[in-house]
Amino acid sequence: MGFFLTILTLVVALGFTWRYLGSYMAAVFDGRVHFLGFIERPIYRMLGTSPEQEQTWKRYAGALIIFSAVSIAFTYVILRIQGSLPLNPQNQGNVGSALSFNTSVSFVTNTNWQNYGGETTMSYFSQIGALTVQQFVSPAVGIAVAIAMVRGFARRNSATIGNFWVDITRCLFYILLPIAFIAGIIFVGDGAVQTLAGTITFHDALNGVIQTIPRGPIGFMEAIKQLGTNGGGFLDQNSATPFENPTGLTNFLSIFLLLCIPFALTYTFGKMVGSVRHGATLLAAMVILFGVWVGFTANAEHQNNPAVAAAHVYSPVGNMEGKEVRFGDTTTALFGVSSTMTSTGSADASYDSFTPIGGLGLMSGMMLGEIAPGGTGSGLYTMLVYAIIAVFIGGLMIGRTPEYLGKKIQAREIKLAGLAALVMPITVLIVTAVAVSLAVGRAGPENLGPHGFSEILYGLTSQGNNNGSAFGGLTGNTPFYNIIGGIDMLLGRFAIMIPVLAIGGSLAAKNVVPESLGTFRTDNGMFVGLVIGVILIIGGLTFFPAISLGPIVEQLSHLRFF
Amino acid sequence: MLVHLRRSVVMAVICLVFFGFIYAFAGTGVAQALFPFHANGSMTKNGSLLIGQNWSSPKWFHGRPDDTGPYAANAKNNVAGGDNPLVANGSHGESAATNLGPRSLTLKENTIALVKYWHKLGVNPTIDLVTTSGSGYDPDISAIDATVQIPMVSNATGISPASLRTLIAQQTHSAEWGFLGSSYIDVLQLNEGLAKLEK
Repeated sequence: MGFFLTILTLVVALGFTWRYLGSYMAAVFDGRVHFLGFIERPIYRMLGTSPEQEQTWKRYAGALIIFSAVSIAFTYVILRIQGSLPLNPQNQGNVGSALSFNTSVSFVTNTNWQNYGGETTMSYFSQIGALTVQQFVSPAVGIAVAIAMVRGFARRNSATIGNFWVDITRCLFYILLPIAFIAGIIFVGDGAVQTLAGTITFHDALNGVIQTIPRGPIGFMEAIKQLGTNGGGFLDQNSATPFENPTGLTNFLSIFLLLCIPFALTYTFGKMVGSVRHGATLLAAMVILFGVWVGFTANAEHQNNPAVAAAHVYSPVGNMEGKEVRFGDTTTALFGVSSTMTSTGSADASYDSFTPIGGLGLMSGMMLGEIAPGGTGSGLYTMLVYAIIAVFIGGLMIGRTPEYLGKKIQAREIKLAGLAALVMPITVLIVTAVAVSLAVGRAGPENLGPHGFSEILYGLTSQGNNNGSAFGGLTGNTPFYNIIGGIDMLLGRFAIMIPVLAIGGSLAAKNVVPESLGTFRTDNGMFVGLVIGVILIIGGLTFFPAISLGPIVEQLSHLRFF
Repeated sequence: MLVHLRRSVVMAVICLVFFGFIYAFAGTGVAQALFPFHANGSMTKNGSLLIGQNWSSPKWFHGRPDDTGPYAANAKNNVAGGDNPLVANGSHGESAATNLGPRSLTLKENTIALVKYWHKLGVNPTIDLVTTSGSGYDPDISAIDATVQIPMVSNATGISPASLRTLIAQQTHSAEWGFLGSSYIDVLQLNEGLAKLEK
């Protein structure tokens, strides 16, 4: 009963933000919101740019790549020299080079894969100045790319698709900062920690225990961690720890924050292209996939854990291994699906201890390319790539040149869309094959049997999709996993963004074909079905063999333990 | 190219200032002003309400397991993780889960060892009492987890089962807003209540 009320509240809250945050974001990127002009204008002056200076897609992509490279360098340097920087009450040493590389790539690509335990590795300076900063910047970059692509559909005969610097500045100050700050206050008001005072030690006279507890500026990092679909927490066990996620209310707020922008961007898209109905069509496809995944994953987690049941302890409340009492089984599954079908990757439980089908729900949510609703920005542009492919397939079936929103989809766009859709599966499957072929790769998993393979597959799928969640048993802090994971994350981010921007540029240059009776409709239930079909066929078929070696074998090996 | 590079460096510095320092310092200031108790870790004189402790004596209600406690009964399978490193006297460590998979032989054996451990204490364990949490220091148990421990606590302290049942009912927090998450009991608060009953 509680679970259904949770879902109902979530639907109402997200419906509200879909409509109003969606149209607000459209206004922000159209340049109709100015209340922070006194901050915005000096920034443009310092950058030597202005909203009137529009960029071609190539210049837009160039600015994005160089800014990302500089961000990686900044993050890397801070981690490498944190021992000599201030705000380090626990005297954490400098972070090693392979781990710094992996971590800086991870936060700049919106992945937030963590091969370290935050409380034993990072100084407050690193958490604030390196990691939290990128938790703002990386979603802004993702949203900017999505908006630039949307402008490709919205504009006619245009050589330009916007200004990268203006787009990220507006996104940072008008969208991410205000929402994150308010959410941060709610997190702390409900129990999350926010202090710069370092650890605290006390002696409990009742049971004679002495505890030393790590603290830090956690609550406000938590807010942007969820809102920006980042997922990298202050503490090792992320949102499972009470200092990050103290109550059922903050848990719900986390789920809401990480879903609100990705869903609302479909409204922004509809508004900007002049057909909210088209936005609602994409939203419908996302909601259906998301609902199915929540359903079967929550059902799987409501079952007994096979290994615990084998010890003859049966659970009336589902699989509690690795879960927190205050969240419960089904809400934890909802959190997990929300986190893996966006590019968030935060975790309010140990995903490694999910039942085989529950773990499959998380893993396959990423394998579909994170489109339902996907990451901040990346969800919308990946969904649009699938919509273009669906339009193409629909066009083949009825024998007409495919069009989407009046723009002819031709060989160039299809090639780019094909590239964008295939980069992730190819990268993930190749790096997984490399990892299981090498002794250094096979040394990673903690669990034996099919679950060991699942740990490797999950880790590399997560990084290739810029998700960042993990089957935590994988020991990732080795030179091999740090480097192969870094490459995986870079390809999963930029090898998709660049073709997406190229599609935007190429569409912006086209004129609009007037709609006729024979035009293939892209705003009805039929198209929703077609898009879902394309996503399931591409994602499902490419990954099915790999999945069957992991979670499916695990589910079927009845009464066997490894 | 050079223009991009110059703008990138300027933008990176702007972001460091606004979204690193101003955001974190302003946030800390607001948090410390409005909610000092929460912002500093919900500390009471016996510890944080949000961090589980190792309650090993039968005079107290126990929390969920970790390997410095009940797993010690199964020394062979002391796994990395699954412990409560904050308990390890004085030295601070990481939050950690066992990360054992659903068909892990180790998880099965650990669970069997935990059942034996509880039986020795005269408790018929519920699911939460034989599984480790996601954080490794879950501060909470459910009302049923506390109820099954009544015979153990009653024998050790001499407090009647009826007053322990009343205490448990008083200490049970309902889910937030009645439906977000699950109802729970904070073990530290429960034991502080128990200490008052003993006086």
